[in-house]
Amino acid sequence: MADTHSVIGTKNKKGQTFTDTWEMMNNAPRTPSFFTGSEVIKEALRRASCDVMIAYPITPQSEAAALIGELFAEGYIGDYFRGESEFAVMSQCAGAAFGGARVFTTTAGPGTMRAMENFPMWSGARLPIQMIVTCRGINSPLSIQPDTLEIAYLLNTGMLVWHAETAQDFFDWILKGYMVSEEPDVHLPLALCCDGFFVTHTKDVVNLTPADMCLPPYDPYRSPVPCMDMECPPVRMMRDPFVMKSNYISYATHASWQQEVWAAVERSRKHTIKWINGLIETENADAEVLIVASGTAVSQGREAIRLLEDEGIRCGLVKIKSLRPWPGEEIREATKNAKHIIVPEFNVTGWLAKEIKATIPNSERVNAGPHVCGGMTMPPEIIVSEIKTLLGMRTMSLAGRGS
Amino acid sequence: MSKERIKISEDLYDIMPSDYQDLVKSATYGKEDRGWKDIGNSKELIEQHSLCAGCPESMAFRYILASLPNPEDTVMVGSTGCTSLVFPMVAVHNIHSLFGNQNAIASGLKRALSVRFPGRTKDVVVLAGDGATVDIGLDMTLQAWFRQEKFTTICFDNELYANTGGQESGLMQKGFVAKMAPVGKLFDKVRLPEIARESGCHYVVQCTVSKPSLVEKVVRNAVMISREIGPTYLQLYTPCILEIGKNSMEGLQEMRDSEKPTERFAYKEYISEPAKELLAEIAAKDKEKKAAAKQLAAQGA
Repeated sequence: MADTHSVIGTKNKKGQTFTDTWEMMNNAPRTPSFFTGSEVIKEALRRASCDVMIAYPITPQSEAAALIGELFAEGYIGDYFRGESEFAVMSQCAGAAFGGARVFTTTAGPGTMRAMENFPMWSGARLPIQMIVTCRGINSPLSIQPDTLEIAYLLNTGMLVWHAETAQDFFDWILKGYMVSEEPDVHLPLALCCDGFFVTHTKDVVNLTPADMCLPPYDPYRSPVPCMDMECPPVRMMRDPFVMKSNYISYATHASWQQEVWAAVERSRKHTIKWINGLIETENADAEVLIVASGTAVSQGREAIRLLEDEGIRCGLVKIKSLRPWPGEEIREATKNAKHIIVPEFNVTGWLAKEIKATIPNSERVNAGPHVCGGMTMPPEIIVSEIKTLLGMRTMSLAGRGS
Repeated sequence: MSKERIKISEDLYDIMPSDYQDLVKSATYGKEDRGWKDIGNSKELIEQHSLCAGCPESMAFRYILASLPNPEDTVMVGSTGCTSLVFPMVAVHNIHSLFGNQNAIASGLKRALSVRFPGRTKDVVVLAGDGATVDIGLDMTLQAWFRQEKFTTICFDNELYANTGGQESGLMQKGFVAKMAPVGKLFDKVRLPEIARESGCHYVVQCTVSKPSLVEKVVRNAVMISREIGPTYLQLYTPCILEIGKNSMEGLQEMRDSEKPTERFAYKEYISEPAKELLAEIAAKDKEKKAAAKQLAAQGA
């Protein structure tokens, strides 16, 4: 609904037209392009009307972070610099978001862990920062290999957490993510995760929106808390600083604030469903055997389903797109007829299986695994093998797995 | 922000808190020659504080807030500690996020404000304790200076962790016996003013807050230089009277004793060449203005 103040239809300094996001994402023509995941991140940012991007090198996100620097040099990003550590970078992102900027950053593995103190602060301060997490191992000895354990740590920060399967997801969700994050009734940061290397360093055909269209700029005055720019009255925020008080008002304030952050995560549900077309996607959900997964484990699950079909075994698939908000109802509905629920994961602890077990009735149906970790690949054959074992069928033992 | 922004709708006037009404009526937003002398004649930008009785930090807060050249367009960044008990009651936008990350927050903030308000002045001032500035946050303190971020860093140096009950800090004197320094601190007070100079700060002052006129001068200089040239650093002695065993009335004397020429808080100043030029320009303009005002007054008489 364009009014006289709308920027929709006007051009930015790069000649891109500010376009209604729904129109741009759903109706604008798409051009198939053959890009790495890192290049796709750059192309999404080109269209994101981003004010500030802050970078730090860590494999496997360094390439994407450097490519966005090129965008800055070309004039597509308001400001860009390399911070001194992930802890500092996430604080710099917070500072920029407190000041009313649309902010973007990327991180991975140990960097995510180093920065961790910032994330509950981001959500508590209602900063709609978008952070790409190109997951990698956090174990010792040092590993740069793919592993999704770090996502488990993000689930209780109050951030929105999405898990992309493909570069196409990535391109679309970066742009759509801002639309969900910046809703006044949400206004929370988004951790947009992918499996490092598998998505960032492989090439795929991605359908891009026109390069001369970009998102409308962020409006910080739609925030539920004041923007720290001295453009609105600087009245004192509270009678007493709550940090040191042990009284009823202090407890009530902290309690309600914590509940409000999680309520905002809940309120993001409707926007998330609208923008990414549901929190989950299903195929053959009526099958007795279901693979439920997120990230590239979904792709491996698809392959496993194809192999099983060749042998006459019917198997369905649930792709979980959003982890926060958590698609509890959707998963209950999708798994209601399943006798076996297989949850393949790229980490050793099986955090996704735990979440699913806590969600559905008769959780003994959940088979946590197969798990690969520390950089192992997940050949579809090991998923097939796991399923056949569950069904009491003979299966070839796979070398090196001790089975 | 223009002062117009804080005006109250007539219909709502009587239900607004009295401290807000006072802000509208008699605060000094937009007053060009605001300074410590406004204290007592105008509404201060600090409503009240929950610091200990006689705490020199409370005096420092009042002088600094009275001296900011542009409070209507200044955003302050604090950190965890005694300062975080005061900031919620300060009528300048301010951010508390974590402990020690204040200069990282300020870096992002200043850049965002520069992107969003090109051609307008938006000052950023960091105010944090010595634990935040020198110990847990040293990395981010220095890196902001290396990057030549254009904001002012003020450190309230009370030579210990006051808010957690008096533990050893990097700015504590060698030999001082404190919690976590049970046999006395074993290494020297960190020489942050010297480090600040070497790290690229264009204006560095170490002093106490015993003289409000001096605090006014150095705060104004630091903010003006950081606005135009690059990072500036003030290290202000605000003794924790509680933890060094003094009484409420003894804070001022403690500062006077410590600022003698032979003592550790003797006035220390470094000004870079470009900063000297800027200060000279500002002084020349002030002189011109005063002369013009004098002439006008003489004509009027």
